[in-house]
Amino acid sequence: MKIKSQKDFFSGLMFTVIGAAFAYGATSYSIGTGARMGPGYFPLLLGVILALLGAIILFKALVVETPDGEPVGAWAWTPLVFIIAGNLLFGILLGGLPSIGLPAMGLIVAIFGTTIVVSKAGDQFNFKETIVLSIILSLMSYAAFIMLLKLQFPVWPTFISG
Amino acid sequence: MELVNNLSMGFGVAFTLQNLMYGFIGCLLGTLIGVLPGIGPVATIAMLLPATYALPPIAALIMLAGIYYGAQYGGSTTAILVNLPGESSSVVTVIDGYQMARKGRAGPALAAAGLGSFFAGCVGTLILAAFAAPLTEVAFKFGPAEYFSLMILGLIGAVVLASGSLLKAVAMIVLGLLLGLVGTDVNSGVARYSFDIPELTDGIGFITIAMGVFGYGEIIANLSQPEDKREVFTGKVTGLFPTKEDFRNMIPAVLRGTAIGSMLGILPGGGALLAAFAAYTIEKKTKLRPGEVPFGQGNIRGVAAPESANNAGAQTSFIPLLTLGIPPNAVMALMVGAMTIHNIQPGPQVMTSNPELFWGLIASMWIGNAMLIILNLPLIGMWIKLLTVPYRWLFPAIVLFCAIGVYSTNNNTFDIWLVGAFGVVGYIFIKLGVEPAPLLLGFILGPMMEENLRRALLLSRGDWTVFVTRGLSASLLAAAAVLLIVVLLPSVKSKREEAFVEE
Repeated sequence: MKIKSQKDFFSGLMFTVIGAAFAYGATSYSIGTGARMGPGYFPLLLGVILALLGAIILFKALVVETPDGEPVGAWAWTPLVFIIAGNLLFGILLGGLPSIGLPAMGLIVAIFGTTIVVSKAGDQFNFKETIVLSIILSLMSYAAFIMLLKLQFPVWPTFISG
Repeated sequence: MELVNNLSMGFGVAFTLQNLMYGFIGCLLGTLIGVLPGIGPVATIAMLLPATYALPPIAALIMLAGIYYGAQYGGSTTAILVNLPGESSSVVTVIDGYQMARKGRAGPALAAAGLGSFFAGCVGTLILAAFAAPLTEVAFKFGPAEYFSLMILGLIGAVVLASGSLLKAVAMIVLGLLLGLVGTDVNSGVARYSFDIPELTDGIGFITIAMGVFGYGEIIANLSQPEDKREVFTGKVTGLFPTKEDFRNMIPAVLRGTAIGSMLGILPGGGALLAAFAAYTIEKKTKLRPGEVPFGQGNIRGVAAPESANNAGAQTSFIPLLTLGIPPNAVMALMVGAMTIHNIQPGPQVMTSNPELFWGLIASMWIGNAMLIILNLPLIGMWIKLLTVPYRWLFPAIVLFCAIGVYSTNNNTFDIWLVGAFGVVGYIFIKLGVEPAPLLLGFILGPMMEENLRRALLLSRGDWTVFVTRGLSASLLAAAAVLLIVVLLPSVKSKREEAFVEE
């Protein structure tokens, strides 16, 4: 069978799988009855509805003709990887990873790391410019979050501030 | 004349130079923090709350009101300028507001949001003062069955908002409802879908989903376009202020939005949120004037109506708060917290035992609202300048502020991993052509819906017909059904799809 709309096919598939997973998960909680709903009742109901909706979308994707087949298109791996990696790096540098013994490096190091990695996601990466941007963002963040709002952030690496 | 007497008493208490200063400072701080992408009104108010502790009660309330309005308007500014809804009700503002900004009309969009909010706030204040007591009766008529049906109506309304496939929009709502259920079940204490991760037992934060799906997803999709086709802004910014034509389009939208917001805001539990959605839906149903920009492509009515409705609703939502003591949303819950710190226990007794405080509070809400317009109309030019910053500097800053904002809500790095995951999800949504806005609405309403469904069926002993046998509930469901049928009608359907076709 030929897929008539790639976008609908995969979104239908996604909804069906997620719905089924939620419904399956719900069965491990007590379901109860309408009058005495257990924690599994509502999620089971919704999971089944989602799976059914997904199935209908899937079915339509295989049957209803579209002019161009609605392709999903190429994935933008570069921005995807660098944006998400930059975000994760922020968490790792800010709070450290105790599980592998990485100490917290604090806000300023995290800002530099994140800004450099995230900037790589664009197509005009310029190292000098990125460093300037990091300095500006560090100053702004320090003024706004640490001095003005007094948020509880680790600012400097733990081995410096103790 | 009691109303005038009461209001003048309130203003007499609130209107001192010192209090006005506090209002101004609150509004300034609220806007400055609220405008940072990734920091919504809830986070802003939570951050600034300690600043009011030392003040006398009335001054503190006025400053809080300033912070509240500043934060909300700051949130709308971010929604319009960088397509990041900081709170649930600005999800709607994003749709047309961001499109206006992209076309160089960010100034009029911001002015429309500000002026609409101010007008709606004034009307809301008057309604609050005049009808606080009698209107409470309406809220008493709402049982769990009615709430459930109201939410169904709200969700169906949200479907009309989504561009593209109806089915996918409904599926996204259901997915949102399911995500809203993650965390500890309030009734049984069972941690659902938490995979034994302690952080997940508190549920997923609204900010986390919004930042991941809207913020990161959008940035990744933008960067994947070649530079000349990128979904950012046109270089030229035409006019900071709405034109005569804009005003002509805007005024009826503001009036309608205010009316809807005032009515829906009275309902405790998400009234103000539904108001923004309902107002937008109604605007979309009205006929476009010749030469008007279609909705979804930067229609000024699509900004003015939900912003007015949101603000009017926020104002009238004080009615259930002050009469029943039920905070209608997270922001109001924070306000209650702040009031209790100043020894004000919201509830019916405030009005009778402490009328000065009650009317002072109402007056201070108005003052906060007025400060907003005084502060922000001149600042619009400054916010617009933000748009001239090249995108290659803007997107690392947005990612950074999102990460900081998400971290600061709980001081927990787990939220940063989660927002990264939702960033990937958001990009997948864009690739598959599904709209994320209905997901967010479902996410907010999920726990509320379950709770009301549970209560309604408990009261009816498991009998599902309770939703159609109770008059009010039945008419809400009927309205939902009519809405669905109207959207599905072949003629409307083709028009709707036409309206959403990208330029």
